[in-house]
Amino acid sequence: MELANIEKLIEKYENAETSLQEEQELKDYFQQKDIPNHLFEYKALFNYFDESSTERYTKTIPLKTRKTNWKWISAAAAVLLLFGVYSLKFSDSISKKERQEAEFALLETKKAFQLISQKLNKGEHVAFAGLQEFNKAQNKIFKTK
Amino acid sequence: MNQTEFLNTVLPLKDKVFRLAKRLLVSIDEAEDATQELFLKLWKNKNKLIEYRNVEAFAMTMTKNYCLDQLKAKRSNNLKLVHSNYKDPAISLERSIELKDCVSRVHRLIEVLPEKQKIIIQLRDIENFEFEEIGKILDLQPTAVRVSLSRARKTIREQLIKQQNYGIS
Repeated sequence: MELANIEKLIEKYENAETSLQEEQELKDYFQQKDIPNHLFEYKALFNYFDESSTERYTKTIPLKTRKTNWKWISAAAAVLLLFGVYSLKFSDSISKKERQEAEFALLETKKAFQLISQKLNKGEHVAFAGLQEFNKAQNKIFKTK
Repeated sequence: MNQTEFLNTVLPLKDKVFRLAKRLLVSIDEAEDATQELFLKLWKNKNKLIEYRNVEAFAMTMTKNYCLDQLKAKRSNNLKLVHSNYKDPAISLERSIELKDCVSRVHRLIEVLPEKQKIIIQLRDIENFEFEEIGKILDLQPTAVRVSLSRARKTIREQLIKQQNYGIS
């Protein structure tokens, strides 16, 4: 391209009036080796832009992690559920046995309490009779009424 | 958007996202972290991505916002290291070396530009976006983008000429 043309384009470029296509022309022009001295700094500029645009992101972006996570989570949940159901059933059979034992124990305890209360009542009768005898003797002695 | 669609339309943007992140965050490590973070975000929201007509512009907007947030957080936490005042050793007479030197100098000149101009230079001169798209990404009028871009280009050119003439930065 003609030098005059390039200079015109550069002026437009500085005023940010060039189109993308014209900017590409400038970039192409400054790729060549022989650049007039007064345009040397533009070569640096456009070469820099070219160089920068080839930079790549080289690391891998881990995006699939979530999917595999779901697999593991669901597997863990299934195991947990199975274990839960199993242990619930197991604990249920235990409690049946325990309930029977507990009922038996309750009956035995009731019996024991009944026995104690019977004995207590008997004792009370004896004590009451004794008290009456005592009252009689007291009345005889003091003749209050 | 399913996985294959995502891999075909969004994943190829990773280089652009990385380059913009690197432009703003300077350090390669941080830019890589940012890229990974942004793609996880995009991946999580892949079902909503169909709603955006221009996924590329959307990704750029996200990148810009994320990086500016990072910078803000960093600035409040850390002391700022100023890279712009390095003294260059004497410039070699060899033109090729000089050119290489110049290229890296361009990098440093862009580094000291205001963030908005940095983003615009990156999007326009390196990623070749249209003004309308840049306007959308930055929430600016296309004319305002032009003005900023022109200012940035002139600053870089002036600084380059200055360094060329005096041989020092």
